[in-house]
Amino acid sequence: MQRSLYIDPQKCTGCLQCEMACSYENEQAFNPSKSRIKVFAFHEEGRFVPYTCTQCAEAWCLHACPVEAITKNPATGAMEVNEKTCVGCKVCTIACPFGTVNYNTATGKVIKCDLCQGDPACAKACPTGAITYVDSSWTGLDKMRAWAAKANTAA
Amino acid sequence: MGWNNKVLRVNLSTGSMSVEPLRMDWARDYLGQRGLATKYLVEETDPKVDPLSPDNKMIMTTGPLTGTEASTSGRYSVVTKGPLTNAIACSNSGGFFGAELKYAGWDMIIFEGRSPKPVYLSIVDDKAELLDAAEIWGKSVWETEHWVHKKHHDPLVRVATIGAGAEKGVLYAAIVNDLHRAAGRSGVGAVMGSKNLKAVVVRGTIGMNKVKDPVAFHAASEAAKKVLADNAVTGAGLPKYGTQVLMNVINEIGAMPTRNWREVQFEGASAISGEAMYEPRQSDGKPNLVRNGACFGCTIACGRISTIDPTHFSVQGEGKERYKHASGGLEYEAAWALGSDTGIDDLDALTYANFLCNEHGLDPISFGATVAAAMELYEVGALTKEQTGGIEFKFGNAEALCKAAELTGKGEGFGLELGLGSRRLCEKYGHPEFSMTVKSQEFPAYDARGIQGMGLTYATSNRGACHLRSYTVASEVLGIPVKTDPLVTDGKPELVKAFQDATAVVDSTGLCVFTTFAWTLADFQPQIQAACEGDWSMDKLNEVGERIWNLERQYNLDAGLTAADDTLPKRLLTEAAKTGPAAGRVNDLGKMMPVYYELRGWTADGKLKPETRKRLGV
Amino acid sequence: MIHRYVIVGAGPAGVIAAETLRTTDPDADITLIGDEPERPYSRMAIPYLLIEKIGEEGTHLRKGNDHYDSKGIRVLRDRVEKVDAKTKRLTLKSGGAMDYDKLLVCTGSRAVRPPVPGFDLPGVHTCWTLEDARNIARLAEKGAKVVLVGAGFVGCIVLEALALRGVDLTVLEMGDRMVPRMMSPIAGGLIKSWCEKKGVRVITSTRVTGITENGGLMNKLVNTLTGKPTRALKVTLNTGETLDADLVVSAAGVAPNIEFLQGCGLEIERGILIDHYMQTNVPDIYAAGDVAQGRDFSTGGLEVHAIQPTASEHGRTAGLNMAGVPTYYRGSFNMNVLDTLGLISSSFGLWMGVEGGDRVEMCEPDRFRYLQLQFDGDIMVGATSLGLTQHVGVLRGLIQGKVPLGPWKAKLMDDPTRIMEAYLACNFAARVAPKAA
Repeated sequence: MQRSLYIDPQKCTGCLQCEMACSYENEQAFNPSKSRIKVFAFHEEGRFVPYTCTQCAEAWCLHACPVEAITKNPATGAMEVNEKTCVGCKVCTIACPFGTVNYNTATGKVIKCDLCQGDPACAKACPTGAITYVDSSWTGLDKMRAWAAKANTAA
Repeated sequence: MGWNNKVLRVNLSTGSMSVEPLRMDWARDYLGQRGLATKYLVEETDPKVDPLSPDNKMIMTTGPLTGTEASTSGRYSVVTKGPLTNAIACSNSGGFFGAELKYAGWDMIIFEGRSPKPVYLSIVDDKAELLDAAEIWGKSVWETEHWVHKKHHDPLVRVATIGAGAEKGVLYAAIVNDLHRAAGRSGVGAVMGSKNLKAVVVRGTIGMNKVKDPVAFHAASEAAKKVLADNAVTGAGLPKYGTQVLMNVINEIGAMPTRNWREVQFEGASAISGEAMYEPRQSDGKPNLVRNGACFGCTIACGRISTIDPTHFSVQGEGKERYKHASGGLEYEAAWALGSDTGIDDLDALTYANFLCNEHGLDPISFGATVAAAMELYEVGALTKEQTGGIEFKFGNAEALCKAAELTGKGEGFGLELGLGSRRLCEKYGHPEFSMTVKSQEFPAYDARGIQGMGLTYATSNRGACHLRSYTVASEVLGIPVKTDPLVTDGKPELVKAFQDATAVVDSTGLCVFTTFAWTLADFQPQIQAACEGDWSMDKLNEVGERIWNLERQYNLDAGLTAADDTLPKRLLTEAAKTGPAAGRVNDLGKMMPVYYELRGWTADGKLKPETRKRLGV
Repeated sequence: MIHRYVIVGAGPAGVIAAETLRTTDPDADITLIGDEPERPYSRMAIPYLLIEKIGEEGTHLRKGNDHYDSKGIRVLRDRVEKVDAKTKRLTLKSGGAMDYDKLLVCTGSRAVRPPVPGFDLPGVHTCWTLEDARNIARLAEKGAKVVLVGAGFVGCIVLEALALRGVDLTVLEMGDRMVPRMMSPIAGGLIKSWCEKKGVRVITSTRVTGITENGGLMNKLVNTLTGKPTRALKVTLNTGETLDADLVVSAAGVAPNIEFLQGCGLEIERGILIDHYMQTNVPDIYAAGDVAQGRDFSTGGLEVHAIQPTASEHGRTAGLNMAGVPTYYRGSFNMNVLDTLGLISSSFGLWMGVEGGDRVEMCEPDRFRYLQLQFDGDIMVGATSLGLTQHVGVLRGLIQGKVPLGPWKAKLMDDPTRIMEAYLACNFAARVAPKAA
């Protein structure tokens, strides 16, 4: 069963525990600026929107990588960056139309969500159930992907 | 360890900056944040200093747990000598600024002197610069935050700033961060304004990985989070209603100060309560409350995000567009001060006044209470319409409240007089007895006639009247950790001392005191122990709390305060409550104070006995 | 029937086309021809090889040793000399010939040297192939005097690598700013001052008029006597100034590799013209990548977009269409990202704007921050940024998605840094909008 992160912004309070958990998992430091998941605050609307890679089928990042540093994990379906192979050219950061691949100036490599090998730290840390890790067919992810395809048809 | 071991010292007079290690020898005795910064202030300044002079220092400080995965880890404090009280001032704020400062690699910033021209401090990781603030001087908190984000091309720069009122000497001006979180009390914003320091803006991308034992820390913080989630107050009441959950409760027990403390129950309480914030309004069918919001790392999320009825008078006309969006909504203390204390039951007017307090950087408690005092002055004829610039300060007049907030926020007209606080205002207009203050700081929202322990809390609070120094309401009303009778004075000195010491520890960790609805020090202890070097047993923590309290006390004594300042306004000691369970009662402070002094190891005139000083090393 | 697909050019477009063909047409006979001695590699990676961040194997497009074998893709090291479109036959440099059913031309481009005397001297190198990289690495030792001619996109990528090797670097650019075809005047100027701050001399609006050898005996003698090292080359500028150099790197332009196609009847402008299906005007010949002049998403015209994502998309689309799966390609999207000694810049779409459109430009020169957005009505059509590393891809999403911004246009005009919020608000409106009571 393929699982995905399901995000329900209605439940998000903007506490950023997910960003801390993500950065600790991946960078061994509490450091939201290096988190692969980001919560965007819409002050005027009073809304918080957690946002990260949907591991989209188009895999713009994977296709744009010139050195095969981004590959799909067959077990989780996540597009993963191989740190050793990544040269830091940043082409994936402009290729991903969702803006979910970021350049880490400290390491000279790019970072993106890899679903923590199937046990996402953000979902575990979320105190309100705004981020859950569930069966893909249940997430409405297909809808998001359909939107993505419509909005960003290139190939 | 939970500290970055890095302090930024900023001399505003010369524009020079230096980096120094944190005094770890002091951290061992004072933990961090409130305690440690107080130690710095005590060591580095003369307690008799004029708070608004260049010789005063202002310290912005995080705690060792700030920025960690512990719940409510977003706290920072501002420690200085307060201009409202001429006593130690320590104001604590949440939001996101504190954690960002930690992530930029700093524990603390010490501001000295006074800049010859308006400046703001920009910190991006280890790079700190003083930059010209000419363009934002005179601007509001909201305008400044917007300007900074544009200027720095970064929506995630965290901003702590003052409004125009602080620049013009409003004595209860706050430092507001993240648009609507505030180091609110005692006028720390006025100190910042006196230093010509408009804002501190921070972006931290270094992060924090200095927890001593990450595995133990994770386990301890997870366990403590579960305690919060399972607790009725922190797991359900606060997320749903915020601190406004208290409005109806406190009113029912007859401890809701009303119309400048003339009464103890407010007939309009339910109209301005947490429950009322859920009621759909007629105009657009939407409730006041949009949702709850969290400060950094907070798994409680008591914050209110509200909107004003778009048809309400306060948001009509030009330039009011910004109040038609969601922003920081009413918390209990603000709803009380702006509402019950002024006799106003118009939820939208209170929300508007609260927005203005955030927008302009005012402490809504002191502001609302000062308006309430002005209303009493006005009603007895001591203050006239001519003197107020045409505003009719009658109890219940929502228009007057809104106008007063506009004027005080901008430091204009009669607003400048309101900005002096109720003690100075009432003295000026000949009725010092109308000032509901201790050490010149306005009371919060619990009547000491109906909750006896709070009388002692207020009278002995080192920063002037305050509920956050020993929130005995928890025990006397909510039964946390054990229920005590609010109308009884026996045992209250012990209760107050225990709460004062424990709270001093909590305020020194980087975590939020609201966790103590569910947590005791025993829930903090494993988190502190896992995060910080050294021994942090329960005994040690209790001692640290007591040490901090006594250090603050000694500072105040050295500043010239005496036992005579440990008192309550006559109204609470002589005018009995008229209604409710506490009808007929005054506050029996006189019964509690000698016991308290004795417990503290103080002399009858409120000074630290030599053996107390020696035991605590103060 | 087993189809014979021949792909000429072993860059990203060729490799991806071959893989796509294999997936789509499992029985096909697939040949990938490249004329360089190495396994298919990525030119994008060469700068990182130069700074020794990676070894040569790190530049390879595919990592497994048996990648092509395992996919049944025949990789041929050879050079196609001639294409006969009528008989569908290729003539190979090695002497043989090869028949195809469908042919994909993705031969890319090559570096060209300016037609200026001296650019053919030893010690003057282009920076295009792995072989070039080896030559440069040999000469660009720490402290060597290096003159880099051309501060376009390729020049700037090389610049970074050279500077990091610790050479004494001077950069010459004919245009009035750095990366003039990617960056607005202000942004290009900021990159210049950034480089200067980092110790690189940058001379804009200047041409090289000649390069000569510094090898005169007299010259060497004088230098030896005065204790100065002798530099191999002397570069003369149109301003009259001369620069000594141990190495001149020419990054002054590229040309498509199309000579072998003469006589095929292909329509060629700046590249081989292709339609939305990667097809040329000659039946069964397709083109992809840098050699192709295909549909530009933003303008609808035909452009060469010599960037990795276009090569990848072209390759994939060509593979599908060649294998008989009609796949329409909306057009390539002009974008670039550049790291100039740590200053990261990017440009997207019609960054120079459109007539009658709105533009917002925000600049903080002291901190090298810059953001420019271009709009046509309430649609974003282009963007330029400096110092932006987070969520930069949403600029592509907003522009290529042609997302109507509605009220967010005004918010972006006021504060363009709010692009991520705008993106989320406009794409997930239902999620962001307040819940009705």
